[in-house]
Amino acid sequence: MARVPVDASVVLRCRELAADIARDVQSTIDAHTTVGVERTVARAYGVEGADAEGIPLANALVDRLHKSKLLGLGVGFFLGQELVRGAASVQEAAETLAFGSGPPASVSEADAGALRAALAPHTEKAIGRMDRARDARRGLRTELTLGSEPLKYVIVATGNIYDDATQAKAAAFAGADIVAVIRATAQSLLDYVPEGPTTEGFGGTFATQENFKIIRSALDDISRQLGRYVQQTNYSSGLCMSEIAWMAAVERLDMLLNDAMYGILFRDINMERTFIDQYFSRRIIARSGIVINTGEDNYLTTADAVERAHTVLGSQFINEAFALRAGLPTEQMGLGHAYEIDPWLEDSFLLEVAQAQLVRQVFDRHPIKWMPPTKHKTGDIFHSHVHDAMFNLVGVLTGQSIELLGMFSEAIHTPLLMDRYLSLKSAKYVFGAARHLGDEIEWKPDGRVAKRAQEILGSAHDLLIEVQRESIWTSIAAGVFADVKRTRTGGKGHAGVVRREERYLNPILEALESR
Amino acid sequence: MTSSPKILRAYGDREGDGMLQMSFTLAILPGDRAREAAKRFAEAHGLKNPLVVTMEQAAPEHSYFVVYGASVHGVDVNAIHVEELGARALGRDEIEQAGKKLGRKIVVVGACTGSDAHTVGIDAILNYKGFRGEKGLESYKAFDAHNLGAQVENDELAQRARALGADSILVSQIITQRDCHKENARALVELLQQQGWRDRVILLLGGPRIDNKLARELGFDAGFGTGTLPTEVAAFIVEQVAQREARAADKRT
Repeated sequence: MARVPVDASVVLRCRELAADIARDVQSTIDAHTTVGVERTVARAYGVEGADAEGIPLANALVDRLHKSKLLGLGVGFFLGQELVRGAASVQEAAETLAFGSGPPASVSEADAGALRAALAPHTEKAIGRMDRARDARRGLRTELTLGSEPLKYVIVATGNIYDDATQAKAAAFAGADIVAVIRATAQSLLDYVPEGPTTEGFGGTFATQENFKIIRSALDDISRQLGRYVQQTNYSSGLCMSEIAWMAAVERLDMLLNDAMYGILFRDINMERTFIDQYFSRRIIARSGIVINTGEDNYLTTADAVERAHTVLGSQFINEAFALRAGLPTEQMGLGHAYEIDPWLEDSFLLEVAQAQLVRQVFDRHPIKWMPPTKHKTGDIFHSHVHDAMFNLVGVLTGQSIELLGMFSEAIHTPLLMDRYLSLKSAKYVFGAARHLGDEIEWKPDGRVAKRAQEILGSAHDLLIEVQRESIWTSIAAGVFADVKRTRTGGKGHAGVVRREERYLNPILEALESR
Repeated sequence: MTSSPKILRAYGDREGDGMLQMSFTLAILPGDRAREAAKRFAEAHGLKNPLVVTMEQAAPEHSYFVVYGASVHGVDVNAIHVEELGARALGRDEIEQAGKKLGRKIVVVGACTGSDAHTVGIDAILNYKGFRGEKGLESYKAFDAHNLGAQVENDELAQRARALGADSILVSQIITQRDCHKENARALVELLQQQGWRDRVILLLGGPRIDNKLARELGFDAGFGTGTLPTEVAAFIVEQVAQREARAADKRT
């Protein structure tokens, strides 16, 4: 492959700095839980359903414990206690705790051993569900063929899950390897996951467990018809990051958008909340064999893609470090970056090549995810199609693993069926026509591409030194990433962060951490 | 306006030939019947002698078509009346000069309201970085610009704008599914009216599906669509503020 010079010692130093940065946050993560984490635990134990107003039982249960200042013991503690006291099932225990008369629960002196023993079969069942889904995916991937890299990733976003299923099948037919159902706008700020199939949504379709199932089933059908396994992805982000991870794990999604800092920067979700939630979500994701997609591409939509290129690389090191702490193997880390440089800038193509190739080499075993131009797209669909073709050329030249395809209608509307078809057709052409281009050429050692790659790595290194010195909390507050400033206790969802008590009980997390 | 009609047709290769291309999908698989369906579909849109130049299966049940044809339609441009913005095309220096004359900074507060998370438009106009080589309002001495970002509720926007003493409020609406942008925008106007300060602020609406006419209908002072540059918005605001201050001064004398 046409390589750029990468100083291995600088890369190593970047990894050490990032590890330090993540370690500093881990003490906060390990000392706290959140309403989101506890709802996930409840769901993993089998707490299901919602009331007539659509409030999930997991929310009713956790909110009641939280209001009573008991959540620091963990929802597992109370579910275990109810089981010890004779509840026939976890569901019954949850209903008693959520809706029972009198105080939600008294804290008995029952020892941790007894609670743990009562929960043990349910913990085993929860982990078993995740493992079965993972094994079923492995089976299908072996049985059917897989697309070749760059994997072609497209989005559907009708608002109606049944229309999404039709569009997903159409995309698969046209050559898509991965289909994402975009979430309804602002779902990331909902502190609950809606229930059941949904047919109304702005800017996308709600992520619900039932909706996951509907799309997976549609994609399984078309995968078998085509003899090619088509992957499904959704968003484990926002205030329900870990709940979505759980649902995706058991409904056999293949990928999840999941980033250690995205929610903080782009959705103004509280920093502590996000770091705690991302950890638990990634523990689930690691176990499930799901590939994460991180969101560094977004930095370049708010900050300049030339000046701030190094922040993407710096953030990728940090995302990697957080993912490692959550037990995620590199093969499941789809670190994100993007083609967002002003196309009219002279040599913009070379600058894009330099960064894409650098990221490829630094994260050589990671299924890195390459995002298309969006910021400089206009309503000129014909020019936009050419712009995307150049993006595709860089993608295949630099060996990107996952490529979200650009749409010529990017600045206009969510993609129409034909937009997606033409995008896939064009990508297929460019990927095929330039398949071995990277093997055939070399970049001049002192040329523009090589120098640019060295410059970005150097600046990323400097950035990590600064972030490590100042801590991630201070750095985000100073607007280091994406030019967005957030404070430690500001943003949405901070009220849902709870310090763990000494007797905090979460056997699901323990099981995930012990592996 | 009474002037003789001036009819324009699509210009392809010769004046008035009406040539254009259209592309679409139909839920039918490729074949002679599908080709004829595409041809008739194009004819129904006013294309004469349509030529189906592409017919490909795009999905399990859909075909994709590209058709060329001569449109029979024309428009009389002399019969068009649009809500003109009225702002003169000012350059950056002129805007700064006009600002200087006011003797104070113009306070501008912008946000993507409701559930909208797409800040690309508001960022292009307000942020220092700007758009297409033009720096945003933050970069002007004449303006004190505040970008509140995405998913700001109308209540919060009104409250913040009031607290900051905003001369102008910029609302960006990108998501337009089922007309949510219109409802959101209208709701803000109503809120400001209820609070009794609608007339004291210059209300601007922007977004890909927004034009001046729509914005005016929704109760805004002006609307800006795709491709709007920061100077256009800046010029409009600075002129409006200057006019309002002049009117206020007239009343005092």
